[in-house]
Amino acid sequence: MSGFSVTEPSRRQKWIAGVLVITYALVTIMPLLWIIATGFKSPEDAISYPPKVVFQPSLEGYVNLFSSRTRITESMQETLQPAETWYDQVARDSGTVIVGASRYGQRFLNSVVIGFGSTFLAIVFGTTAAYAFSRFKVPLKDDLLFFILSTRMMPPIAVAIPIFLMFRQLGLNDTKLGMILLYTAVNLSLSVWLLKGFIDEIPFEYEEAALIDGYTRFQAFYKVVLPQAATGIASTAIFCLIFAWNEYAFAVLLTSGNAQTAPPFIPTIIGVGGQDWPAVAAGATIFLIPVMIFTILLRKHLLRGITFGAVRK
Amino acid sequence: MAEVSLQNISRRYGDQVALDDVTMTVPDGAFVVLLGPTGAGKTTTLRMVSGLDKPDVGKVLINGEDVSRHTPAQRNVAMVFQQYSLYPHLSVRQNLAFPLKSPMLRTPEDEITRKVAEVAETLQISHKLDNKATELSGGEMQRVSIGRALVRDLQIYLMDEPLSSLDAKLRSDLRIVLKRIQTSLGATMLYVTHDQIEAMTMATHVGVLDHGKLVQFGPPREIYQNPVSIYAASRLGSPKINILPADVFPAAPGGAHSIGLRPEHIGIGEGAETRVVRVEHLGDQTRLHLSLNGHDLITLTDPHSPLAKGDTLRISPQSPLYFDANGDRIT
Repeated sequence: MSGFSVTEPSRRQKWIAGVLVITYALVTIMPLLWIIATGFKSPEDAISYPPKVVFQPSLEGYVNLFSSRTRITESMQETLQPAETWYDQVARDSGTVIVGASRYGQRFLNSVVIGFGSTFLAIVFGTTAAYAFSRFKVPLKDDLLFFILSTRMMPPIAVAIPIFLMFRQLGLNDTKLGMILLYTAVNLSLSVWLLKGFIDEIPFEYEEAALIDGYTRFQAFYKVVLPQAATGIASTAIFCLIFAWNEYAFAVLLTSGNAQTAPPFIPTIIGVGGQDWPAVAAGATIFLIPVMIFTILLRKHLLRGITFGAVRK
Repeated sequence: MAEVSLQNISRRYGDQVALDDVTMTVPDGAFVVLLGPTGAGKTTTLRMVSGLDKPDVGKVLINGEDVSRHTPAQRNVAMVFQQYSLYPHLSVRQNLAFPLKSPMLRTPEDEITRKVAEVAETLQISHKLDNKATELSGGEMQRVSIGRALVRDLQIYLMDEPLSSLDAKLRSDLRIVLKRIQTSLGATMLYVTHDQIEAMTMATHVGVLDHGKLVQFGPPREIYQNPVSIYAASRLGSPKINILPADVFPAAPGGAHSIGLRPEHIGIGEGAETRVVRVEHLGDQTRLHLSLNGHDLITLTDPHSPLAKGDTLRISPQSPLYFDANGDRIT
């Protein structure tokens, strides 16, 4: 193609854009690659300097992450039966035997339940509240919306102590329900505001058409508004999940065993038998996976464009 | 059977009076065309009947039953919206099937398929059934929106300028289709339009609205021949009625302020002298733009008229309408 066009970028512009995008991608993806690589290193390689780019991959980090082990001497090792499984063997090679499963699996499951549970509630309450704010005459609407937003104006952790005392009184300390409620409450301001914006953009005419077509107000909401708000709901859900999934401070304060999530648990791995960086890195890597899957699954809903066009302006 | 009756309906939106004490009874099977400029209350009237809006004062009756508190679904009416309001997340087929799938009807699947195909055929949109509602031209959207009303066999249809975006050929086709469907169903129709031909050919009754007031209600010919005011007279007829000061012709009755002359009610040959300003040959008729003592007026003459700009001719009123200073009819 030759000639000049205002809409088609030139070859040079494309080249510059390409370099910028690749540079940005490298900068953001480097720490991630580093963590993933460290998970597959041996503890010695993990702390070697200069860092090893090429190394002998090892599953020691992952085995250590999921197991609790005890250190044994070489003479004891000779008295044992040969290792039965590959992970037993990995443990033996580093001079330990596996004595049981670690608590990572359970902590990870807590994260899944609390993260997805609170996201679900934040979306259910957020969508209905946003719909009400968008469509109905709510007394003191602006003040209420401002109040909802104002819960975000300070770091949530500033109210940690009252929440801690409240939770203790209510018996919600170290319970999954308590954490789900807390994360729902923190996420609600975000979800109400984001979703209100999306629902405001859906013209009320569609609901009127559905009312005429024989549907009730709620059925119209369900059949006509929700499908069109899918984009907004998907992106709001991603934001809510990411917050609940990564939240650290409240999790440290309010959970200790039962309901502890992965973020406060992962750093504790480090203390078991020396500085076990590969196990920490393995924990962080696995921790990334659910959010990535969730985001990829919802990605197609993030594409805008379904709400445009069928109402004559 | 559906007789729709509005009793003393008033509705305000803020400071704006949308309807002001409107009372009208639409007989069963009538085709009512509502006329009036933007803001006269035509769409509001439809919304009152549909139940999308509730009156501040007054009652809506369907077959004598007070439905003022009923939801749109309970009133069982179909409405074609001026802005189409097709569901953008659904295909044309799903849009047309939507009313049939409502929890009230729960139509069987094969019945839905049959009805949708039939309506699509009638409205000439069969080839677009699998398009998304957003992938249509304005005229196609409008037809889908009519189709969504017609898939249900109802007794009351409300249509807000349903043919406005169609080209002339389709418009005249669908005018006949709509009238035929309405007659065969025996349905009652309330219809908003700005189109003279639609009003005159389809209506059994015309309602003239002015700033929320119903100024005249009756058969179109009656309103054409016997308008109650200059306003009502101006709503029907194309070219519009000529309104001149009463004294340009002799023999005006006492209190007459203006005289209204339909273009076809001007006799050529004798009377006041006028000058031809412009001649428009339309094929089946010829419009003459005349100037009478500085007042413009339009009349019709035969298609082969030899008259040209600058000619003079004499005209006299035939069956004139006289109005007083307020624009109200005297004789």
